Amino acid sequence: MRLKHFLLLSVFLLTSLVMAQQATLTIESWRNDDLRIWRDVIIPVFNEQYPDIEVIFSPTAPAEYNAVLASKLEAGTAGDLITCRPFDQSLNLFNEGRLVSLNDLPGLENFSDVAKSAWITDDGSDVFCVPMASVIHGFIYNKDAFTELGLSEPETYEEFLALLETIKQSGEYAPLVMGTQDQWEAATMGYQNIGPNYWAGESGRLGLIEGSTGYDEGGFLEAFRALAQWQPYLINGYQAVAYPDAQNLFTLGQGTIYPSGSWEISGFNELATFEMGAFPPPPPAGQDTCYISDHTDIAMGLNTASPNQEAALTFLEWMTSAEFAELYSNALPGFFSLSNQEITLQDPLAQEFLSWRSECESTIRSSYQILSRGEPNNENDLWNAAAQVLNGTLTPEEAAAQVQKGLESWYEPQQNR
Amino acid sequence: MIATSNNAQPAAQRTGKSWGHWTKLLGTHAVLLAYTIFATFPIILILINSLKSRRAIFKTPYALPTTETWDLIGYQTVFEGASFGRYFFNSLFVTLASLALILFLSSMAAHALAEYRFRGNVFLGLFFALGIMIPIRLGTVSILRLMKDLNLIDSPWSLVLVYTASGIPLAVFILTQFMEQVPRALKDAARIDGASEYRIYSLILPLVRPALGTVAVFNMIPIWNDLWFPLVLASSEKSKTIILGAQIFLGQYVNDWNAVLASLTLAMIPIIVLYVIFSRQLIRGLTSGAIK
Amino acid sequence: MTKKRKPFPIHIFVFLAPAFLVYTVFMIYPLIDSLRLSLFSTGTAGSELFVGLANYKTLLTSNNWAPRLWNAIKNNFIFFAVHMLVQNPIGLLLAALLSSKIVRGSSVYRTLIFTPTVLSIVLIGFIWRLILSPIWGISEDFLSFLGLGVLNQPWLGLESTALFTLSLVSVWQYVGIPMLLFSAALIGLPDELIEAAQVDGATAWSVFWRIKFPLILPTVGIVAVLTFVGNFNAFDLIYTTQGALAGPNFATDILGTFFFRTFFGFQLQAGNPTMGATIAGVMFVIILSGVLLYFFGWQRRLQRIEL
Repeated sequence: MRLKHFLLLSVFLLTSLVMAQQATLTIESWRNDDLRIWRDVIIPVFNEQYPDIEVIFSPTAPAEYNAVLASKLEAGTAGDLITCRPFDQSLNLFNEGRLVSLNDLPGLENFSDVAKSAWITDDGSDVFCVPMASVIHGFIYNKDAFTELGLSEPETYEEFLALLETIKQSGEYAPLVMGTQDQWEAATMGYQNIGPNYWAGESGRLGLIEGSTGYDEGGFLEAFRALAQWQPYLINGYQAVAYPDAQNLFTLGQGTIYPSGSWEISGFNELATFEMGAFPPPPPAGQDTCYISDHTDIAMGLNTASPNQEAALTFLEWMTSAEFAELYSNALPGFFSLSNQEITLQDPLAQEFLSWRSECESTIRSSYQILSRGEPNNENDLWNAAAQVLNGTLTPEEAAAQVQKGLESWYEPQQNR
Repeated sequence: MIATSNNAQPAAQRTGKSWGHWTKLLGTHAVLLAYTIFATFPIILILINSLKSRRAIFKTPYALPTTETWDLIGYQTVFEGASFGRYFFNSLFVTLASLALILFLSSMAAHALAEYRFRGNVFLGLFFALGIMIPIRLGTVSILRLMKDLNLIDSPWSLVLVYTASGIPLAVFILTQFMEQVPRALKDAARIDGASEYRIYSLILPLVRPALGTVAVFNMIPIWNDLWFPLVLASSEKSKTIILGAQIFLGQYVNDWNAVLASLTLAMIPIIVLYVIFSRQLIRGLTSGAIK
Repeated sequence: MTKKRKPFPIHIFVFLAPAFLVYTVFMIYPLIDSLRLSLFSTGTAGSELFVGLANYKTLLTSNNWAPRLWNAIKNNFIFFAVHMLVQNPIGLLLAALLSSKIVRGSSVYRTLIFTPTVLSIVLIGFIWRLILSPIWGISEDFLSFLGLGVLNQPWLGLESTALFTLSLVSVWQYVGIPMLLFSAALIGLPDELIEAAQVDGATAWSVFWRIKFPLILPTVGIVAVLTFVGNFNAFDLIYTTQGALAGPNFATDILGTFFFRTFFGFQLQAGNPTMGATIAGVMFVIILSGVLLYFFGWQRRLQRIEL
């Protein structure tokens, strides 16, 4: 029987194909929307310079990316290049020795410290991913509907609410196209979108990390209160409206304003049948400074176990070039290169989003750095709380208290607040 | 009301059917028909909407496509975007190979458990039942390492082995229950005629055909539809299964509902055809009423 | 096995060995290798520390874990109860109607009713989410025209209705399985017994409950235990429609989603293999209890009755 088992195994071994030995780089990514752009636009340009290196972009659905990547890394079957989530997800990979330190990569000087901040060790000694892009939050709106109803972009949050009321009264369009079924929109496109105006961007975010402020006070609580005011203006049945539903409803012209991020631009350009505009989250009346979430979102790292280190480094170095920055930003309008080099954007909507960088102060999402290290997970808590605020099952105060309690339960600086 | 059996039926036909018979027949058909509509309308909904324009999908989801709303853009996108032919053959190979192995290995094991009293019988029965109690996803990382050591990563054989292993527990469980019901007299008669134990196994197999059919259908479904193991074990273009292909394709067009509905329709047709083929066997097995 | 041990006949070994080998190597070993993790915790630099049952204690008592666990167990039992009370009786009814000798075309019905069972969950989740969604589903005007405007609710988005709605979708999908099993059992019944009863003038109703049903009790047991095992391993439907966080506010969180989220991580939450394995351990214990109850309670008693 043991012999039979052995024979069986050898047959399996023979039938499995022998891996070809050539410099083929496989990119692990969660950006399955971008498959065509990498395959048809970005990789061909790289191959003009480096015809010997074959590059395959092999994405996994965003929801499964972390699980699949972890399994593949553990088993040693992951691709050579690994698309990096910001902060701890990638930091953990580096600490486990899965990612190579890229300190010596030529071209890394093209990125500012802020750009690198999401992919650097806590002590700042090692950078482990090449920053690719950030995304900016804001509101995309249906320009045709605005013209029809005689509306203009709001300057303050109060104007914004009045605008929503006007649209609701007109009865033709849903004022805000967003659902809470998938939960994350409530936190990401809701709370983290308008929030920085209330917690003063970076100062509030760093205050959370230091423990000098909390989710249950000041700007962080105010942001929950501001979010709760959206409830009457959300599209009918929003509790069961999922992300793709909302995208379809908006691009079919059923609603006026889509709380959003710049990453929607390329998809919406293809689908929408009307002209679109965008405005940044309006600050409350009387506040001169505006703050936007300009979130470092995506980067590329090198798998320690890759047999093609040299080819992979060549590719990563190319990713630091101005050529790549311009190519990527224009192929994927709404993903703004983090490179310091001068690039020109073609897409008007993307230009609009990018212009807010000079008008407003930038910050990143409050839960991403350090605060989502423990259990319960701060980001997941925010999804749940923000969705419940919009569903009306939690008051802003209860939501804030719940998130704060979760954070305090493991995060020391918050315990000593 | 007397239920008409095979024997009674000709009599009823001769005398003209009773009023009770007709209401009963009508009632039965009405219930079955109603449930059949309930079971199939969502599927029909996918079909008809895959043939409409995006606007019509939203505005009139329940209407049949009209000349105005007729639109094949979804199918066009699908055929330009993915090689579903190859995915289909991968799926077919993985499903059929796993099914064959599951049926063969499990029926042998079930036969041994049902037929022979030996030391460790109960223990082995429980050991085989263990597998239906733990989600196999839990073992993902160990399975990945194992497949890597066997150099089976990205080979359809890795999927076949995992599915066979995970299909065995339920198959052994169901087949043992059915095989225990095979009358002992039958086997003893064969033994007296001098049949070997292997011969007896081959005699019993046709008798449990309905159970084999049931096991085949039960296993076929999760194997064909599985997303997880193709994703971690065999996700390259050459070894992708059709469901994984459709899922990745969906990811690229998640808000393009024409393409979504078209690819869902395409992914659903092969499994329905497969099921119809298998179910014919299954129902023939069922209605031949093996164990009586 | 070349060594000559007395009473172990070689043919039994031949029958068992192939299934035993494949099953042990590719299922049991990986599962045990992973379940083992529930007794460890991850120390610094990924080292494993043996901690005994400490993870189980954390899961059952800590404020971060216990409420989630009990919530998932509670939801899982509701999910199971809906299947037992809705899916299996409907399956039995359909099987009884289909096995009735007066119905022609029963194989067509059987095939069509079984169709949802063979479909991918991706498809089922997608289509039911749309049907149930107030924005797409049975349109507002149509329903209010029928005076059923109240039915136009975000069923999957409300804490009070999401779990029941999903349980019913799952019933819709899987009702074919009990139907098939009951059909197989009913068709297998000896004709003579039933004919004898009919000659005695019993109604179809009483023939069914007095004669057929007791005879298919073993199948009722199999269906129940399969439903139990299937429901406590369930994952896909909830994951596809509600995501790994099983919203709203964990109202649809069952053990499968809780395990997946914990073991593999989710979004910014890093995977926690040791606690994930602990949850799987709890799932294992629950399912094992159910199966043992079946083996030693139900099946034993049945056998005694038969004897």
